[in-house]
Amino acid sequence: MSNRVAFLQGNEACAHGAIYAGCRFFAGYPITPSTEVAEVMAKELPRVGGAFMQMEDEIAAMAAVIGASLTGTKVLTATSGPGFSLKQENIGYACITEVPCVIVNVMRGGPSTGMPTGPSQSDVMQARWGTHGDHPAICLVPASVQELFTETVRAFNLAEKYRTPVTVMPDEIVGHMRERIVFPEPGELEVIDRTGPTVGPDEYKPYDTRFGDVPPLASFGSGYRFHVTGLNKAEDGFPTTRAEIVQAEEERQLRKIENAVDDIVTFEEYLLDDAEVAVVAFGSIARSARYAVNQARKAGIRAGLFRIITYWPFPERQIRALSERVRAVITPEMNLGMTVHEVRRCVEGRAPVSGIFRVDGEPIGPGAIFAAIREVR
Amino acid sequence: MGFDYDKYIRPGKLPHIWCPGCGHGIVMKGLIRAIDALELDKNKTAIVSGIGCASRLPGYMDFCTLHTTHGRAVAFATGIKMARPEMNVICVGGDGDGVAIGGNHFIHACRRNIDMTYLIMNNNIYGMTGGQFSPTTPYGAKASTTPYGNPDPPFDIAKLAIGAGATFVARGTAFHAAQIDKLLAEAMRHKGFSVVEILDSCPTTYGRRNRFKSVVEMMNQLKDMAVPVTAADKMPAEQLRGKVLTGILYKESKPEYVEEYRKLVERVRAEG
Amino acid sequence: MEKKLPKIEINEKYCKGCHICVEFCPTRVLEMRGFTAAVKNLEACIACMQCELRCPDFAVTVTG
Repeated sequence: MSNRVAFLQGNEACAHGAIYAGCRFFAGYPITPSTEVAEVMAKELPRVGGAFMQMEDEIAAMAAVIGASLTGTKVLTATSGPGFSLKQENIGYACITEVPCVIVNVMRGGPSTGMPTGPSQSDVMQARWGTHGDHPAICLVPASVQELFTETVRAFNLAEKYRTPVTVMPDEIVGHMRERIVFPEPGELEVIDRTGPTVGPDEYKPYDTRFGDVPPLASFGSGYRFHVTGLNKAEDGFPTTRAEIVQAEEERQLRKIENAVDDIVTFEEYLLDDAEVAVVAFGSIARSARYAVNQARKAGIRAGLFRIITYWPFPERQIRALSERVRAVITPEMNLGMTVHEVRRCVEGRAPVSGIFRVDGEPIGPGAIFAAIREVR
Repeated sequence: MGFDYDKYIRPGKLPHIWCPGCGHGIVMKGLIRAIDALELDKNKTAIVSGIGCASRLPGYMDFCTLHTTHGRAVAFATGIKMARPEMNVICVGGDGDGVAIGGNHFIHACRRNIDMTYLIMNNNIYGMTGGQFSPTTPYGAKASTTPYGNPDPPFDIAKLAIGAGATFVARGTAFHAAQIDKLLAEAMRHKGFSVVEILDSCPTTYGRRNRFKSVVEMMNQLKDMAVPVTAADKMPAEQLRGKVLTGILYKESKPEYVEEYRKLVERVRAEG
Repeated sequence: MEKKLPKIEINEKYCKGCHICVEFCPTRVLEMRGFTAAVKNLEACIACMQCELRCPDFAVTVTG
């Protein structure tokens, strides 16, 4: 039997990926350019026995998915720029309480209302630092309709495996473009479910580090009674202000992701083996970059593409290694300079890093990137 | 003869953090008696709160408990109820949490008529942050942010709930302690979104600023203010001036959200 | 026949000295002793449970 093939929009593929991953609860609020994710979930979730809710606002949507997740359900919310801002407090709540959830943010222009229908890649720093306080972040930036499906599945896997919120952030172009998609068969992609407790209710503690840096999470209603709070907490889940516990718990929450970068960080290297110019790009702009790299190769310039797929944790080690063998790095991005700073941090002066920045609602085409490659060579 | 509250309280968690004379403890005891009367399964009951003094209540209770962000308890609780409809869901919190920062979630939960009970402990003040005026602080009252008297008119939480579509609305006071469990038990028995407002006392940040000599005086004011709704019909309007009605203020039967959604799911699945 | 009296226990670790039980006892059984409530006149107790019911601090228990 061959796989089902369809011609789908990115946002639609995202919703189908969520269902494939086992998502059975969605709460959202209408916002351009992400609304199609909610529309498909509204249609598909009842068919698989799940529940869809359109909430009164973005904050409520984020809250509802966290509540639902605590019952052991895989959950999704979808939004765009301003809505992502509104969700930040509750995203921080999910970070400190370590409740798995997936947030899709289809990136549009900003700040504020900005250009609701225009593409952007300017939320990447918000995905890392949007909520207050120290916290880990996982953020995936797919570049095609197919990849929006598979990365959504992976987002659920990472959320469940590491007990953390995960953001999937296509730019508006990837969210709204239509492409051929091959639906994976059930079982074809790995689907990870939550690790439940191995001890009985009497012994259970929601942050029991005897079981490692990612303690098992029990479900409300399953016979385990425990307390969940946004206050700094001890391993039993109850609030504490004891300095050594607060410090240790916050450090563990960062460490659980930092120690797993090899499992989490994904990227694609294209023609980089002998490259003297590296283009570092992601999302729809990586597609322009690939075209530009091909143009450069035809013109006899050894260019290559490093495509970021996992934006957070940032592929630091890979970009550091890259900077040791190229003569120049270019970061085209639909913002006024965000990735460029991360890349410079990793390159540490070993090569010049220049950016191509655009926030006018137009994509960065291959021509501009090819011109930049020629210039830095 | 006495009631065994320990059965429902997490070992080692008392004494609670509330100030001397704060009525929240009285309300919590009423909630425990109501849960006991209904024989709710601890493992199938979630108690969800927001932020503030009253929102510290779930931490003491031996149930599935969730202390969320400021104002958002009802939204978190909605997710729990939708994902696990067999759970009993009780939300608790204060006036600022419930009808200021959480006002939007409150009215929409009323509108949806989702099956849960929302207990609002209304002490007319933001206690935890030191006594700023809330949406239920009386006009003219003193708070740390109304040093010249409160210029804002207050909300009537019960009327707000009824107007927004809640299908069960009751009001009691911390003085009328024996009535609290009765109101809450009726609310929890009700299918749909039920709101129970308990008028409460904050001697520390409200009483002292507003010339109450002691919590006893605050309790006596609650006693004098309250008029049972069943008695109000026979009273002339002038006698009701400055009074608040207590008891079950509103009750109606309307389709409940979770049940309606389940029906939708069954219909969609039957159609294929 | 001797009247069987209830037992009023005051948990001094929980009592915060708010006076509520003392003031709302209809037969003046309780008093403040230092910072906590104490039983002054158990003979007068009619076991109405008001002190237990009203205590915000889970400090008063009436049994027997």
